[in-house]
Amino acid sequence: MTQEKEADLVLDLKGLVCPMPVVRVSQAMKRLDVGAVIEAVATDPAVVADMRAWARTTGNELLSMEQSGGLFTFRLRKVK
Amino acid sequence: MEPKKLTMVVFSGDMDKAVAAFNIATGAAASGWEVTMFFTFWGIKLVQQGGLTGRSLFGRMLGLMNRGGINRVGPSRLNFLGAGRWMFKRMMKSHGAAPLAELQKLAGELDVKMIACQMSMDVMEIRRDQLIPEVAEVGGVAAMLEEAGQSQATLFI
Repeated sequence: MTQEKEADLVLDLKGLVCPMPVVRVSQAMKRLDVGAVIEAVATDPAVVADMRAWARTTGNELLSMEQSGGLFTFRLRKVK
Repeated sequence: MEPKKLTMVVFSGDMDKAVAAFNIATGAAASGWEVTMFFTFWGIKLVQQGGLTGRSLFGRMLGLMNRGGINRVGPSRLNFLGAGRWMFKRMMKSHGAAPLAELQKLAGELDVKMIACQMSMDVMEIRRDQLIPEVAEVGGVAAMLEEAGQSQATLFI
């Protein structure tokens, strides 16, 4: 187990499809302070490519992306 | 760093193309882009409130046979007098896709700037007060080009 900072916000994105996971993550990020970590769970396989691209575009950091069964769990840190 | 900018000319009034347009608009806005949607010709239907429009005989006929409003638009293929629209709405719902009206509302909340084409409105006899309140302004080609000239991406849908 790696030492992980506990998430400041947990988002349930299950059942949502494009563009909603990106929209919900973006809306949630706006409410958080720099340095905060979001952990989200989604079922849309597009989040693998989309969250990576979204993080690069917005300058935030995708800490991890894990797939287990049909669930995609990812962690993002707000950089700006 | 200046935010990136996207300008879209939404010419189509088809449901499928509107889904693509609002999907891209909301996705871009959520990624920090400034987004402008310029609605022209059939695209005006997407920003109409949905009531009857027109003053002249032809204008009224158009308003009746081409009724606007985002919930009334049908897909570009397989519409079959509205059966296709019903089917696509059901399928989008069952697969968890956000309904078109919700995407449009979201676009407004994410500060997507919506501009309606004055000339299309004049020709089709649609008044400003018959459009949804999310429409920030009514303008022409110069208004669209000013936005497009500052954009990294410009789409015609």
